[in-house]
Amino acid sequence: MIARLAVVALLAFMTVPTVVVIAVSFNPTAILSFPPSGLSLRWYANVVAYPQFRRAAVNSLLVTAAAAALALPAGTLAALALERGRLRGRSVWAAMLLSPLVVPGVAAGLGFLILAAGLGLLRSRSVLVAAHVALVLPFVVRSVWVSVRNLDPVLERAAASLGATPWRVFRRVTLPLLRPGLFAGLLFAVVVSLNEFVVSLFISNRVTEILPVAMFTYVVNYTDPTIAALSSLFIVVTFLVVWLADRYLNLAGVFLRP
Amino acid sequence: MKLLLLPALVVLAVFAAALAALFRWSLLEFVPGSLQTGGLTLANLRGVLAPQYLGAIRDTVVLSALTTVLTLVAAYPVAYALARTPSRRVRSAILVLTLAPFFTGAIVRTYAWVLVLGNTVLAWPVPMLFTERGVLVGLVHFSMPTMILVLAAALSHIDPVYERAAASLGASPARVFRRVTLPLSMPGIVSGGLIVFAWTLSAFPTPELLGGGRVKMIANVVKDLGLDSFNWPGAAAFAMLALALTLALLTALGRLAAGRPS
Repeated sequence: MIARLAVVALLAFMTVPTVVVIAVSFNPTAILSFPPSGLSLRWYANVVAYPQFRRAAVNSLLVTAAAAALALPAGTLAALALERGRLRGRSVWAAMLLSPLVVPGVAAGLGFLILAAGLGLLRSRSVLVAAHVALVLPFVVRSVWVSVRNLDPVLERAAASLGATPWRVFRRVTLPLLRPGLFAGLLFAVVVSLNEFVVSLFISNRVTEILPVAMFTYVVNYTDPTIAALSSLFIVVTFLVVWLADRYLNLAGVFLRP
Repeated sequence: MKLLLLPALVVLAVFAAALAALFRWSLLEFVPGSLQTGGLTLANLRGVLAPQYLGAIRDTVVLSALTTVLTLVAAYPVAYALARTPSRRVRSAILVLTLAPFFTGAIVRTYAWVLVLGNTVLAWPVPMLFTERGVLVGLVHFSMPTMILVLAAALSHIDPVYERAAASLGASPARVFRRVTLPLSMPGIVSGGLIVFAWTLSAFPTPELLGGGRVKMIANVVKDLGLDSFNWPGAAAFAMLALALTLALLTALGRLAAGRPS
């Protein structure tokens, strides 16, 4: 009983900040108060009206779409090679592919800043895309790898023995069977890229910055609950994505028994 | 089959080039007021240990150690419930509540703590926002999901039969936990602890927003030097310190993992 209460209390510790943000986002006054003295959507209107957030939202969508579009095929092919290829030092390759996960954000961010400055690319979104592709690649590789491991090669051999060309086998048998892994990989790539902050802070300016960076600048300069409204939107989207993933993709399989 | 790795390797090569640029600049002489650099020097790396930064390095290590211990204690019961609950629904609920913060961005999560730790929601008896206490709370919250997942993975590999055997031989629940469950989950405790410690050493958004400039960790020094003072060589030296500490800890983790049968 005490143990159960402890678990509930700890889950509350993890969840309460989220609830507070959502409650504050409906606060009618600029001075933060809790519980709110009424309900208002003015901060949501503020989010939509603030030009820098609009620009940043467009940047976020462009960078995330490009990063996911590049990382998904690259990660999928790598996962196939890791599971199927006769590679020497497979674990070394795997560790290399997952390495962007462990590099501190400030190190990667400053490195990309210095590299981009040297190439004269500081005003372009391409640096953000390059960094985001590397940062989401580990998630794609991991998700697809789980699916490749569960794929029985006998099915592909059967298709080949019935006369399908290798390309046709790949398109009609391999890809459809990998769909859950591909979908999970895409999902993680999108969520991680949309929320990426530290590296992006170093390599963006007011024109190219993505939403989390614009939010950081706003929090540092203003104290009104506009960020609470924008955060609430992020929270709702993230919760929905995770909930859907849990329903349809066996999250426990990906995270508890990798 | 090796060719399939090529696109991913191109991506990694760009990433490696960025880290190589970082390394090179950590060895270049800083010319104040300019982004031009002088010749090769070890001054930046020595500068990392200059007296004005020792406080930041000490705070980083102390905060990371405290975060690791507190997160271990707080995550263990949740991980145990996640790994052992017989109800699919409870498991899903815990998993979603754990993973949603994991995927909610650092800014959203840290801003939430700005609201909670400021005196808007609760009247705190002691100041929390812009103090090391407040940063510590934020860091523990930030590390919880990772720790829960690592511990739950380790706990789900333990066969409950061992615990039932100990209980049936007359051990009290506390004794079963201390003598059976805890020792068997040690691999998870060690890897979770090392991962969280390494991760917290380079934490940035939490000390930046919850510390309000009054609490500095290594990553905040990198940002101050790199983005505010345009001292890229100095910032690069500090970033190399963060990178070296992380790699050293993860190498230790790899050694430990390789040394035990799984």
